[in-house]
Amino acid sequence: MSAQTLYDKIWDAHAVGTRADGQTMLYIDLQLLHEVTSPQAFAGLALHGRGLWRVAANLATPDHNVPTENRELGLAGIEDAVAKQQVVTLDDNCRRYGITQFDILDPRQGIVHVVGPEQGATQPGMTIVCGDSHTSTHGAFAALAQGIGTSDVEHVMATQCLVQSKAENMRVAVDGALTEGVYAKDLILAIIGAIGTAGATGHTIEYMGSGVLELSMEARMTLCNMSIEAGARAGLVAVDDTTLEYLHGRPRAPQGELWDLAHDYWLTLHSDDDAEFASGFQIDAATLIPQVTWGTSPELVVGIDSATPNPDDAPDPAQGQSLQLALDYMGLAADQPMVEIGLDRIFIGSCTNARIEDLRAAANVVRGRKVAKRIKQALVVPGSGLVKAQAEAEGLADVFLEAGFEWRAAGCSMCLAMNPDRLQPEERCASTSNRNFEGRQGHGGRTHLVSPVMAAAAAIQGRFVDVRSLL
Amino acid sequence: MRSFERVTGIVAPLDRLNVDTDQIIPKQFLKSIKRTGFGDNLFDAWRFADEGAIGKTPNERRLNPDFVLNQSRYQDARILLARRNFGCGSSREHAVWSLLEFGFRCVIAPSFADIFLSNCFKNGLLPIVLEEEVIDELFEMVNACTGFEVNVDLPAQAILLPAGERFEFAIDPFKKRTLIEGLDDIDLTLDYREEIAAFESRHRQRMPWIFIN
Ligand code: SF4
Repeated sequence: MSAQTLYDKIWDAHAVGTRADGQTMLYIDLQLLHEVTSPQAFAGLALHGRGLWRVAANLATPDHNVPTENRELGLAGIEDAVAKQQVVTLDDNCRRYGITQFDILDPRQGIVHVVGPEQGATQPGMTIVCGDSHTSTHGAFAALAQGIGTSDVEHVMATQCLVQSKAENMRVAVDGALTEGVYAKDLILAIIGAIGTAGATGHTIEYMGSGVLELSMEARMTLCNMSIEAGARAGLVAVDDTTLEYLHGRPRAPQGELWDLAHDYWLTLHSDDDAEFASGFQIDAATLIPQVTWGTSPELVVGIDSATPNPDDAPDPAQGQSLQLALDYMGLAADQPMVEIGLDRIFIGSCTNARIEDLRAAANVVRGRKVAKRIKQALVVPGSGLVKAQAEAEGLADVFLEAGFEWRAAGCSMCLAMNPDRLQPEERCASTSNRNFEGRQGHGGRTHLVSPVMAAAAAIQGRFVDVRSLL
Repeated sequence: MRSFERVTGIVAPLDRLNVDTDQIIPKQFLKSIKRTGFGDNLFDAWRFADEGAIGKTPNERRLNPDFVLNQSRYQDARILLARRNFGCGSSREHAVWSLLEFGFRCVIAPSFADIFLSNCFKNGLLPIVLEEEVIDELFEMVNACTGFEVNVDLPAQAILLPAGERFEFAIDPFKKRTLIEGLDDIDLTLDYREEIAAFESRHRQRMPWIFIN
């Protein structure tokens, strides 16, 4: 057989066959469900009298709409009637079909993309889908993980297959190691800044090279999480010892003989040496500095030592005009240094950056300091109940609380502002999430994407600052 | 999926270019756990003179008497005659759901937006593409004659007019079969039920750890 990429290998291992319309039926090993995109799929199943093909292949938890305060009240703590109905519907559907759910009161509840890996449900070589675009996160485990729409959620429930055509292979090579104060978030923002939000359209990215091998599993998840912001269908990292160590002993990971069997197979999950990629990009991690987005698309990003662009310098008028629109929405001037931008709110959370390592790194910056007076609100929203408990056990929660942060229960929260946590018009937020589109964090809100330590530093100073000066 | 073979019904003319999915069903009405309940808000901003809210029925609202679908001659229309690039904008499947629920089974236009087109086929709404001149002719006929009905015959790939005239249309043979047999995307895959089951059992043998939970 000719040399294969990691993507080729996982694809081939799951291709059931070709449908009459020429598309491939790809067998799906795991489907993650949450309250917003699953109800219509369940309703569709019921309408047609269909069942789930393989109930055990599904795992659910509510995350998008759950409030992050008054969690102990459970359902009664949800004030928005529609949100409540969605969470109740997920409960009902999971009960009816026998799907495992970590419900609103379960300590394991959290953002689906944090919960899957934490439980060991996400495993190398799997195909994973979820009705959420940041499913790409799970690619850190060499799993082919894709976000899908509601019709496809129903399709996978009923057939265990996703019908699609294969994407192209793209290699992103990361050389060198990140330096102190610079994180995977800075790396992925720099990659998107370089290749653009359509840079990987039609491709599955494999991140490789010495810079990726150095990363922890949590950092690899941050990297893969934002593959979607680069336009990719999925992101992947090959299996190595770091992957295996992370997985070993997790509740849903195989044990004993099955572990040995899986382990041997997992070690084959990397691209062959001479595998061919349709396109590629190379970046040196060692020279990177902390990144900050200034505009309304993740590709509008600069190093903390830089300034906003000047639309007059754009190569063509159309581009200049779109830069100007972004500056206008963000309430920024041309050539404005990033370190002069003051903030109103801070959000540390989301499936990009709400795992324990993120909270540890941010707490390190915050320890013994206070949130600046001008900051109206600084939120820490752990990615899952277990992350929250761990952070409390390590004393991180106290560090945040003493500094003046709010310490919340797990959920998507201000990442997309479907729950009560949101920006008011024209409020400016340093956020560890993944999207800075107009209105993403609340109508008229202005979002700057940064790493957890950069968000923590911004909270302390009240404006953006190079976190390395605080370390 | 609902099958589609032949439909006879009143034609309603929507004489606007680039009707987008946000006009078909505005985003404030998408907050629902169901695939149904969107018909009441079809073309909401055009049909009604007041602002709607989730759960408010059309009976409780003020109609815009000028909008074509509110005119008595087009009550019970089953076929929508439209202009170029119908269904552009966001990918929301709710646009197709709301048209179907309102009572439309077929939309005739010179062209459709891509995703809207594929959503039509997933839900049993027949999109028919005809030449711009033929569409113009149809608009004239519909406007000239109250109660103008046509018969859409999918197996024959033709629209039959009251006076005996017929307009033929083209359609991908695979999609035609899907509609006539009422197969939806899921059924198409379930045709391969045995292959999937056989694959699954091989997969289970090769990678048993995936199946332990
Ligand atoms: S945290 Fe944000 S990006 Fe992640 S799943 Fe939730 S809403 Fe989506």
